Amino acid sequence: MAAIFMLFLKFFAGVALLALVVVLALLFDGADRVAHARMQRRVGPPVFQPVYDILKLAGKENIVPRRAARFFFMLAPWLALVSTLMVFLYIPVGSFPAVLGTEGDMILIVYLLALSGVAMAVGGFASGNPIASIGAGREITLMMSYEFPLAIVITTMAWVAHKCGMEGSPFSLETFAASSVWDAVGKAGDFGLLCLFLSLVFVVPGEIGKGPMDIPEAKTEILDGFIIEYSGVNLALFKITFALRSFAMAAFVTSLFVPASFAGLLGGWGFAAAVLDFLLYWVKVFVVQMVFVTLMRTAFGRLKIWQASRFYVMRVAGLSIAGMLLLSIDVLTR
Amino acid sequence: MSTTYKVPIGPVHVGLKEPVTAWLELDGERIVGARVRPGAIHRGIEFMARERNPIQVIYLSERICGICSFSHVLCFIRAIEDLAGMTVPVRGQYIRTLVLELERVHSHLLWAGVACYTIGFDSAFHLGMQLRERVMDILELLTGNRVNYGVATFGGVRWDVTPELAKAMREMIRYYRREFTPFRDIVMDDPIAHARMRGVGVLTGEEAVRYSATGPTARASGLRIDLRKSSPYEAYGDIPVEPIVPQDHFGAARGDVLDRFAVRVMEVYQSLDVLEKVLDGLPEGPYAAEANLNKVLASLKKAEGTGWGIIEAPRGDDTHVVHLKGGDENVYWWKVRAPTYANAVSWPLMFRGNELADAPLIINSIDPCISCMERMMVTDGRGDPRVVTRAELLERCRRKTFDMMGRRA
Repeated sequence: MAAIFMLFLKFFAGVALLALVVVLALLFDGADRVAHARMQRRVGPPVFQPVYDILKLAGKENIVPRRAARFFFMLAPWLALVSTLMVFLYIPVGSFPAVLGTEGDMILIVYLLALSGVAMAVGGFASGNPIASIGAGREITLMMSYEFPLAIVITTMAWVAHKCGMEGSPFSLETFAASSVWDAVGKAGDFGLLCLFLSLVFVVPGEIGKGPMDIPEAKTEILDGFIIEYSGVNLALFKITFALRSFAMAAFVTSLFVPASFAGLLGGWGFAAAVLDFLLYWVKVFVVQMVFVTLMRTAFGRLKIWQASRFYVMRVAGLSIAGMLLLSIDVLTR
Repeated sequence: MSTTYKVPIGPVHVGLKEPVTAWLELDGERIVGARVRPGAIHRGIEFMARERNPIQVIYLSERICGICSFSHVLCFIRAIEDLAGMTVPVRGQYIRTLVLELERVHSHLLWAGVACYTIGFDSAFHLGMQLRERVMDILELLTGNRVNYGVATFGGVRWDVTPELAKAMREMIRYYRREFTPFRDIVMDDPIAHARMRGVGVLTGEEAVRYSATGPTARASGLRIDLRKSSPYEAYGDIPVEPIVPQDHFGAARGDVLDRFAVRVMEVYQSLDVLEKVLDGLPEGPYAAEANLNKVLASLKKAEGTGWGIIEAPRGDDTHVVHLKGGDENVYWWKVRAPTYANAVSWPLMFRGNELADAPLIINSIDPCISCMERMMVTDGRGDPRVVTRAELLERCRRKTFDMMGRRA
């Protein structure tokens, strides 16, 4: 009986969380556009513009190109959206545990994000447009480039959590949300963590296709790339997916590297601290997104695909390996 | 085994300001072949001129291009003045020079912004657009319009530079000296802008000569050519202008997109200097030889002959040739050769060895003005444009000439 009750509780918590996440992601996207515009001395759209866009697109018909592979073309947006949404079921929010925290960990999150990226690329390939194919090809190339540093960051973090005896499963995000990884290591380790943090931050624009890495969409080159043939509801789904992806990456970075919470300050007030942490968490995500998504995309132009690929494979991978070595030295020598 | 596929850039494309099609043959991202197909925005302006008198054609010629409209007007007017033997008062010449340089500033700023937009550097694009507003305001203050100024006329100009206007212009020059440098530094010191523009769309000096590139495109390839120096017109006889080439400022001319960017940026500073000298040396006196347009028109009706006007427009040298027939009020024929026509020939060379991502930037790098360029279109009457070879075109020209001379070949 209790098991069924828990299942229901998780179901309702999950539905409520996902609804909140979609709304917040769209609002953050709107805020991102306003901040982007203000930094360029423009006025920018209303904060609710992404929501209006989605509502408008939802009322429009889907147009399937004659040369498209219809099944994959229609499947891709749903697959991308669902896999991105599922990420949030495995990310702890403040001091609340993740809804399905016991069922999956960081590796699953990375795979879900990769799956949604692959779904986008499949949609591009299936639309039968050479420009969409180029965009999809670029998406895959970019993904192959940033997965390596991303994998190094995650495995190193898990190894550190395991070796330093942080409570909980080493690959679970809750481990990093509950206690600060920065406290667990020494001086050299802090530098190592900084390297890993920067590597992850550099991966963020590539993962979400913004900033200097908006190469798969590249408006002035390949006209929005793989979404060129999408319209109506399908396009709305992709727009939500894009907003969710940057939100998910910001949340991922926050959970892993920014574990600040009120729990220590308000020791006795368990429930109040939990509620404050819940709010604080979204503030942290917002700040991370503003700094590492909005600022990055305002400050830089767009790289070419081979330049971006070289950047990830040489520079960022090198940075993450440096971080890994520093952390290894720190952990093994004490 | 590698397969190539064809991707069109254009006719309507986010990265292009005007409709032109470049069919790129791609191997992955690499360009292995390119065919440029203009022909989407031909308007038959020269034909329209044959039903108008020269004064009406002034305002028609302004509509050739929205950016370098004054260059086309002045070119046309100089061609008419050339054939009718009109003189322009010195103050009129100085004011013409003033507008030419204001237009150059505004054209180069627009181009620099658009180049940044093409590489996805939107912040610099918006900064450039904002900088451009000031010169547009000054042009509006002088002429009443932001584009298509309607300021030139035969034998002078239509509006004078008042002392207040001169003061506003000096303020504008100070504003640009102060505000333009940050924009230049933001773009030219940016690692990503360097990565995108350096070594892209290379046109060597030899090729620039062989394919007769003009204006900033040729200067970026290291050729010291500038009509303002080699055949001075209007006030450029009094105000020396040195052609700006990259080897003087950066050691070597590579002829890539960054060099074209640098040349245009340096020319903005040069234009500011010229503007200051024009304002300093602005002589007193009338600014137009004859204010009564009816008298001008009557004298032009009697004129007969062919006149040439060649000036250095912001994009290169602009040439107009006009023929008037004695006793005929309308323009008999008129030929426009815009700088883009000369520069566009080098596109296929610039595409060599570059990637799809560079294509819009390369197209934009010569600052193309397609509506200036499109002077001809071949159609079979059913709206099906096809391409004629050079020999065929020559044959048709000969046949037409014989027709007009009233005899058959």
